[in-house]
Amino acid sequence: MSASGEAMNFTLKVWRQKSAKDAGRFASYEVSGVSGDMSFLEMLDLLNERLIAKGEEPVAFDHDCREGICGMCSLVINGQAHGPERNTTTCQLYMRRFKSGETIIVEPFRARAFPAIRDLAVDRSAFDRITAAGGFISTNTGSAPEANSVPVAKPKAEAAMDAAACIGCGACVAACPNAAAMLFVAAKVSHLSLLPQGLPERERRVLAMRKAMDAEGFGNCSNEYECEAACPKGISVSNIARLNREYARAALFFSDHLESGSS
Amino acid sequence: MTLDSRVPSGPIEKKWDKHRFDLKLVNPANKRKFDILVVGTGLAGSSAAASLAQLGYNVKVFCLQDSPRRAHSIAAQGGINAAKNYPNDGDSVWRLFYDTVKGGDFRSREANVYRLAQISSSIIDQCVALGVPFAREYGGLLANRSFGGAQVSRTFYARGQTGQQLLLGAYSALMRQVGLGKVQMFTRREMLDLVVADGAARGIICRNLVTGELESYAGHAVLLCTGGYGNMFYLSTNAASGNVTATWRAYKRGAYFANPCFTQIHPTCIPVTGEHQSKLTLMSESLRNDGRVWVPKKKGDARAPESIPEAERDYYLERKYPSFGNLVPRDVASRNAKQVIDEGRGVGTTKLAVYLDFADAIKRMGESAIREKYGNLFDMYQHITGENPYKTPMRIYPAVHYTMGGLWVDYNLMTTVPGLFCLGEANFSDHGSNRLGASALMQGLADGYFVIPYTLGGYLTRGSLPKTGTDHPAFRQAENNARGRIDKILSVGGKSSPGSFHKKLGAIMWDYCGMSRSETGLRKALAEIPKLREEFWGSVSVPGGGEEFNQNLERAGRVADFLEFSELVVKDALERRESCGGHFREEYQTPDNEAKRDDANFSHVAAWRYQGAGAEPELCKEPLAFENVHLAQRSYV
Repeated sequence: MSASGEAMNFTLKVWRQKSAKDAGRFASYEVSGVSGDMSFLEMLDLLNERLIAKGEEPVAFDHDCREGICGMCSLVINGQAHGPERNTTTCQLYMRRFKSGETIIVEPFRARAFPAIRDLAVDRSAFDRITAAGGFISTNTGSAPEANSVPVAKPKAEAAMDAAACIGCGACVAACPNAAAMLFVAAKVSHLSLLPQGLPERERRVLAMRKAMDAEGFGNCSNEYECEAACPKGISVSNIARLNREYARAALFFSDHLESGSS
Repeated sequence: MTLDSRVPSGPIEKKWDKHRFDLKLVNPANKRKFDILVVGTGLAGSSAAASLAQLGYNVKVFCLQDSPRRAHSIAAQGGINAAKNYPNDGDSVWRLFYDTVKGGDFRSREANVYRLAQISSSIIDQCVALGVPFAREYGGLLANRSFGGAQVSRTFYARGQTGQQLLLGAYSALMRQVGLGKVQMFTRREMLDLVVADGAARGIICRNLVTGELESYAGHAVLLCTGGYGNMFYLSTNAASGNVTATWRAYKRGAYFANPCFTQIHPTCIPVTGEHQSKLTLMSESLRNDGRVWVPKKKGDARAPESIPEAERDYYLERKYPSFGNLVPRDVASRNAKQVIDEGRGVGTTKLAVYLDFADAIKRMGESAIREKYGNLFDMYQHITGENPYKTPMRIYPAVHYTMGGLWVDYNLMTTVPGLFCLGEANFSDHGSNRLGASALMQGLADGYFVIPYTLGGYLTRGSLPKTGTDHPAFRQAENNARGRIDKILSVGGKSSPGSFHKKLGAIMWDYCGMSRSETGLRKALAEIPKLREEFWGSVSVPGGGEEFNQNLERAGRVADFLEFSELVVKDALERRESCGGHFREEYQTPDNEAKRDDANFSHVAAWRYQGAGAEPELCKEPLAFENVHLAQRSYV
């Protein structure tokens, strides 16, 4: 770890791809004068400022809040989604974590269900479509009962919050050898099925979300646990076990009933 | 021109009920005949879109990120206020109303604030029903904590991620309506102009950020839920994409901009480390529940905090404001931090910081209790600074966080352009000159879930709107306008990045229109901004073209708008010759350096009307009457 203040130099090998149709390739850049207090994205900002000054097109990458909560930033850094630090998004990864002189390889999140847009930016709207299929509690505005009318045991509320902390960044997909979205789906299914408010739609939700997930072209889970290792919010794979239980229970006992009923 | 706020008559407690009854309803079968365009998907936009779709309207929603869930409401940490009075500690609708009007330093509209306090409890009910995992007590009921500017515990929270959980709740409600086919979602779209046809807002022009194409969308009403403009200062706690573009373009189409100089500097942010810094990270105000703010008594004391003995520390907030202590409102806390730093008592390598110390709280409650309450915030601090706040005090410094100013709206949340509504942080309505903590989430959701579903119907039933499609000449004119601006940016072909201009503008605004403002400084800003703007149009560099994914072009457009808008902010600050809330004019202060209002001359909303390029904007005033909360010098002593 380099102390803040001392300037560091890096060689970056960055994936450049003009559009979804372009084949894409790595381009090499030398970035000097990097401070340890810079975030990884600020280091890319520095590179981009220098490219713009030369009239070259800057590297496209998604980012927004830069405080680890919006889920917009991505990047596979030296083969790891969101880089080498555990429980950390790329925007919260600081250059003091790297050694001066290192070569750093920067790639987009790659998955069939995440089509390329440009350079390091990909399309993760598949997650929105999975959510639209069932990742909600059907409560109309105005019809909610008084908030304290349904107590929720503190441990259950805490477990629901643990799962609800998912930021929808897609690192789980990028890290998975099968590009599966199981951890993302499991987090939402867990969050909502742990709460009493989510129980009326428990079966329908898990069946619909699983179906939408498969339709998007995500792979299957083969218990590699890479998703948990890459997750910047520490979402546990035990949620996948819960998803599987919820799915089996719904598929075995409820699917006929649900399909015959009106949705 | 005087502004009609359309506040209903009658006692304040009855206004909203009366108004809801007086508003005409849209026949349920007719709602599907109305197309409503919602721009922005934060708390206000998502909750509005979901609620309107549920009522039967056809809703189209636009956001500039890749998913509606990314909107910056997601980053709100501490909590959401509601007058539930669960802790039985003396809260009521009236007290929340009172605290908010007082906290806003008497520059908000009473009737709006009262309605907000009335609605607050329903918001919590709604969020719980949507599955928001709020913190709970062991008995399974909801937990509360305290926030600045209040002596009751009325803040509901989900660890330090309350905004995230509330937004994901509203997002899930929105996505449900997408699944049901009632909402069409357009992501990676940036609104570049408002279309006003035959005197009413009838559509928007967007740039598809992936393909670069300009797209036109027509509707019967437009809702701007596009957030605040804090990024004008370059460094702020806002997300990188935060901008004033949508509201600024609406201003140029006739919407008045109200109180633009009312910006909030949040007292507890992680200090700047260097030139490279792209944003500032907030440390939630909830930390002030247990953290104690201090600096050394001695100037230039360079000892490590642990080796400064108790007797040589100045817990200045506790000393000066014994009854509120560390929980004074944000403007007061920020100003006091600036004051001790100006005295040469700042800490850390840059000396631009004060301590927020948890040692006493850890001693009293144990490290695990602190971890449970603030774990993610402490982790975030450690990630960024490389220091462990369980062991050594946090270093904090004020940073731009929120903008109370915004488009002027009446009681119905409608702007001065018929059919153009503005919700959430983007409007000016409820926070006066200083927003209390945990009130932004409340306002965003109040506007979206519980106000607009009523008031929109009132507008749509006012009279029949002509059929206006995207073939109307106003669309072509607006589209040409947007295209012309893009072409102009691309044609400059200079050497400097948009970011470099943004940085320079931020420095001007922070120095002359930040935590404290003076006539001389503001005049200097007024001279420098046009020069910088000229420099921008002469030497900005945007490689690549307009018909492609070009983030630098997006940035350039937003910076160009900030370069125009900031001038209005400075004019407004200059015009308001008083201090109030976050607007501190050095010339107007009490002997104890508190903000000194001038109620005789400035008890009004300053709403600015665009009069064409190069022409001076016209200042219009909405007088503010305080009939329920007695006007008084704020005191937190």
